[in-house]
Formats: sequence, structure tokens, C-alpha cells
Amino acid sequence: MVKSFGPVTAVAGVDLAIADGEFFSMLGPSGSGKTTVLRMIAGFEQPTSGRVLLDDRDVTGVPPFARDVNTVFQDYALFPHMDVRANVEYGLRVKRVGRAERRERATAALETVRLGGYADRRPTQLSGGQRQRVALARALVNRPKVLLLDEPLGALDLKLRREMQLELKQIQRDVGITFVFVTHDQEEALTMSDRIAVFNDGRIEQVDTPARLYEAPATAFVAGFVGTSNLLRGSDARAVFGRDGTFSIRPEKIHLDDDAEPTKARGTVRAVVYLGSVNHYLVDLDGGGTLTVLRQNLRDSTDSALDQEGRRVALSWDDAHVIDLDDSGAGQPVGAGTETQEAP
Amino acid sequence: MASSGSAGLLHRSPRLRLGLLLGPPMLWLGVLYLGSLAALFITSLWTVDAFGAGIQRTWTLENFRTLFTLDVYRTITFRTLLTAVAVTVIDGLVAVPVALFMAKVASPRWQRILVILVLTPLWASYLVKAYAWRGMFSTGGPLDSVGLSPGYGLSATIVTLAYLWLPYMVLPMYAGLERLPDSLLEASADLGAGTWTTMRRVVLPVLFPAAVAGSIFTFSLTLGDYIAVKIVGGTNQLLGNVVYDSFLTGNNMPFAATVSLIPVVVMLAYLTAVRRTGALENL
Ligand SMILES: Nc1ncnc2c1ncn2[C@@H]1O[C@H](COP(=O)(O)OP(=O)(O)OP(=O)(O)O)[C@@H](O)[C@H]1O
Ligand SMILES: [Mg+2]
Repeated sequence: MVKSFGPVTAVAGVDLAIADGEFFSMLGPSGSGKTTVLRMIAGFEQPTSGRVLLDDRDVTGVPPFARDVNTVFQDYALFPHMDVRANVEYGLRVKRVGRAERRERATAALETVRLGGYADRRPTQLSGGQRQRVALARALVNRPKVLLLDEPLGALDLKLRREMQLELKQIQRDVGITFVFVTHDQEEALTMSDRIAVFNDGRIEQVDTPARLYEAPATAFVAGFVGTSNLLRGSDARAVFGRDGTFSIRPEKIHLDDDAEPTKARGTVRAVVYLGSVNHYLVDLDGGGTLTVLRQNLRDSTDSALDQEGRRVALSWDDAHVIDLDDSGAGQPVGAGTETQEAP
Repeated sequence: MASSGSAGLLHRSPRLRLGLLLGPPMLWLGVLYLGSLAALFITSLWTVDAFGAGIQRTWTLENFRTLFTLDVYRTITFRTLLTAVAVTVIDGLVAVPVALFMAKVASPRWQRILVILVLTPLWASYLVKAYAWRGMFSTGGPLDSVGLSPGYGLSATIVTLAYLWLPYMVLPMYAGLERLPDSLLEASADLGAGTWTTMRRVVLPVLFPAAVAGSIFTFSLTLGDYIAVKIVGGTNQLLGNVVYDSFLTGNNMPFAATVSLIPVVVMLAYLTAVRRTGALENL
């Protein structure tokens, strides 16, 4: 699919197949075209070229109200003049579902999102998280084939957000509907999704499971956007790996001063970032470049960890964890033969 | 320093601040506005002497008796109400699509142009606009030449007044729709509602308070009008004309006051009814 708004090309070319019952996320920086793709699936925008298929049926020209797809909007878009029940019943009402069934299904949907006692409230009398759940119930009650969610957790605080992530995932398992979830929070995407499409500048960089995206990013962009990038390029890479290229190693795969393993590189600790349960060590390599090393706060006291600044250290890692991003079969670890996929 | 002293005093005393802020407008509202209403009511209980020479300050309900017993006044009252309702309904029907187009369809550039176009007639004199319509309705005028002129009369009055008050209906509706997020319309379509269902279930409820606000203008302005009738209304008098004539021609100030209490009562009843619907809270 391609979508242009006048001179602006919002989606430069996207080809996606989403499986039935899947929790599919679209991850990418602001302005990368996620919302536009979602709106084309919902029918609010017509693709400039390309098609939208739903269950093998071409729905490209079908208006939103005739598509078996529902959306949870970023701003929730609850009807302010209706109470929660009327909001949830809306889709059934306009499809002329009988009163009794309507009420029953709305009640069930509100139970699903744990808002059973709130049916008579107005949207303005609810908190952000509750509104979000009403919006979810309003969409779920129609039992669509696909549920589209555009950054539905964007407005929530961190704690509520974590709770809602787990809840959403649980609800998706329970109802078995395909979820297409837009977010620019990589952690959110990794926790919830079966598969993730990483967007950049109107294109898809990679579509894969969270574990594969993390362990085997196909491009430097994906490596940088999902997790901490730790890229070594050009001469910096030659000093470590003996040849030019673009390589990436996840911070938690690197060990500091581990006598049991052969040293791969030496450097100086430039800074230690204290993160509570873990610390990030920024190490300037002797051959150029900087690597971030993650270390759990098990043995070191915080003070002794912070004391490390300016110290000389030896770095070691398993070659299987080094990702060669220039490889033609991009996304393959350097030691692909010995690689076994780790569960996240 | 005197200035910092008084500023400090103002800062320390919120009551004084409030008093200075609200004092003048409250004085205006209380003395001039409510005061004149009270004077109106009191005057309506007086009468004039037989020769129409002066006001007699004796309490009497004579004026109200005349008003309720003479058929002509009842007819005029109903005619005025009918005119006000017709003007309001016409303005409502015309304003909905206009406001909808301005707020939801037009590009931002056209939106600005249309707002200006709606506002511009308000800058022109009332009389000029009314006489323009007289020209439209005149024998041999533009409407007559296509066989559409109703001639001077009640219909002409209604059309003219509907034209004059239209901006007062369009603007609140436009403001109301402007505040209606597009995502609500998309949500409605997304949930399976076609255009008409969305209009009925989402747009109209949001539009209703705005329409009520607009109708308060169109209704009350029509109830008080007497000039348009003089210019295009032929012989169909409205309440405003009765007031005007009793006052100027009849020199009967008390009776004029009595008649003008009718619009006041009607508007009070209307506002109470509106309050009941809860539309004012959603404004
Ligand atoms: N209606 C429109 N008219 C013109 N340009 C648009 C329109 N909608 C989106 N765009 C442009 O298309 C590009 C992609 O926008 P889109 O909303 O899809 O991004 P996004 O990935 O959802 O970003 P975010 O994470 O900030 O929501 C942006 O550059 C944006 O400016
Ligand atoms: Mg977006």
C-alpha cells in the first residue's frame, strides 16, 4: 500500500499479512506512518495505490461502517452525551440488535474490561484508564474480525500502563480477535505482541517475533530502535572483528572482566548509569567506538559500581551474540551455525 | 509609595478586588436593566386620563383587562408568536447545513472566508437590509419577475426577519460543531453507523444546545421587532407595532408597557422550558 497526502508521502510502500487471532504490533518513531496504515485498514483513508484484504475479500473501497473492523482511538472518542452503557451499546444499536441482547452483550463487554459497576456514568466522570477500557468494550462488543488500537495506552501513567498491557493481552487471548496495535514504545510492543512490524519513514524495516527482532535485527535502524543499539562501524569494527562492517551486540551479552572467557576488546569506563536493579557501563574501546554494557546489581554495592568510572576493563562475549547487520542474509548472527534461539 | 500601597491592598483583599471587578457591571445590570424592567411592570399598572393628557398614578388592572378581552390583541399575540416560531425554525433549518459545512467540510481557508461572509451582513445597517428586502418583494421586483414574490405581508416579514437573524443561529451552531472532534464522527462510522445515523445520533445531540442558544436570539429578536413589519409587513401588525403605536400615536405609555410584558413573559417561559431540557448546561 502507498498513501500520499498531496506532496507528503506518509506511507511509501507497505506490504503486510496479519494472521487470524494474532496480536500484531506496529512500532516506529513519530511520523513513520503507523496511524496512516491503521486508518487505511479501518477505511478512514483510501490508499493512493494498493489494496486492503480482509479474509481474502477486497475491502479497499468499502466505507468504514461496512467493514468488520473496529477501532480504539487514541483519544478514545467516547460520545460525551451518552452514558457508558449507551456508548458500549452504540454499535449494536445502529445495527438494530434487539434491546435485550444489546443490554446483555454490553454488560458482558463491560465485565470483560472490569467496569461492571460503571454503566450509568458519563465519560467525563471516568479516569483516563477507565475511559480507555470503555473504548475497548465499545469496540469488542461488536465482535469484529480485527480490532485496531492506535496508541491506546499513550495517555496513561507508567503503572496503569503496565497493568493495562497485561490486561489487554489477557483480553485478546480470551476473545481470540486479531489485534493490530500501534505504539512507539518498544517495551510495550515487545511485551504484548506475537509479531511486530518496525516502521521507519513510511516503510517497514522488519516484521518478526519480539525475540527475533531483539536477537536478530535485520537493519541498523531496527537494532537501534528495539533495545539499546551498541553499533560498531567502519574502523571501530575492524579493530574488534578484524574486518569492516556494521556489528551490534546487546548490552547484556557483554561481560566485564570475566576471567573465564577470552578477552575480545579492552577499554576505559567513561560513565556508569545507575538504573536501580541494573547499571549501564559506557565503555570507550581502545580501537575507537563505545559499547554499553549492562550489569546486574548483584554483588557490587552502588558505591563500588560508581567507583568504576575511569577504570580499565576487559570485555568478552560469545560470538554467537554478535549481529552482522551488513550481511546479505541480514538479521543473522555472526556465529549463526551455533546459534540457538533463546526464549525472551 | 501610593501605587504599590494600593496594589498591595488589592492583593491582600480578594473581596475588594472582586468588588471593583464586578461592581460596575452589577450596577449596570441591577439598576439599568432590572430597574427598567421593574419600571415597566409598575407603569403597566397605571393608566392615562380620558384625554390622553397625562399618566395617572393610580393602581389598576385596567390595561391587562383590555389586553385579554379585546380579540385584536390576542390575534396579534398569536401572530407574533407564530412569526417568532417560523423565523426560528427557518433559521434552524438553514443554519444546520451551513454550520455543518463550515465546521466539518470546508478547508481551513474556506472556513475563515465563510465565517467572514456570515458576519459581514451584521455590519450593514438593519434599515438598509430591510429596505433591500422591500425591493425584493416589490411589484415588478426581482422575486415578482420570477413569480415568487408573496407581496408585502406576513410571509415577507418572516423571510426578512429570518434573513436578518440568521447569523445569530449559524454562529453558535458553528462554534458547537467546531468543538465536536472529528474522531467522534469516525468512531460512529467505525461502529457501523451510516451518514444519516451519525447525523441523528451524534451530530444532532451536540448541535441541540447550540440550536437552543441560537433560538433564544432569533425568538427574542423577533418578538421585539417592529421595523421589518413596517417596511415589508403590509398591514400585519406584530406586538412591537402595538407597543410603538400606543406609545407614540396613542401616547399611552402604561398600555405600551402592558403589551411589552407579553414578550418578557414568553421569553421567561421559554428560558424555563429550555432550562428543563438541560441544554444550557451543555452550552
Ligand atoms: N491528513 C494528512 N495530511 C497531510 N499529511 C499527513 C496527514 N496525516 C498524516 N500525514 C503525514 O504522514 C506522515 C505519517 O503520519 P502518521 O500519522 O501515520 O504517523 P505515525 O507513525 O502515526 O506517528 P505518531 O507516532 O506521531 O502518531 C507524517 O509525516 C504526517 O505529517
Ligand atoms: Mg499516530
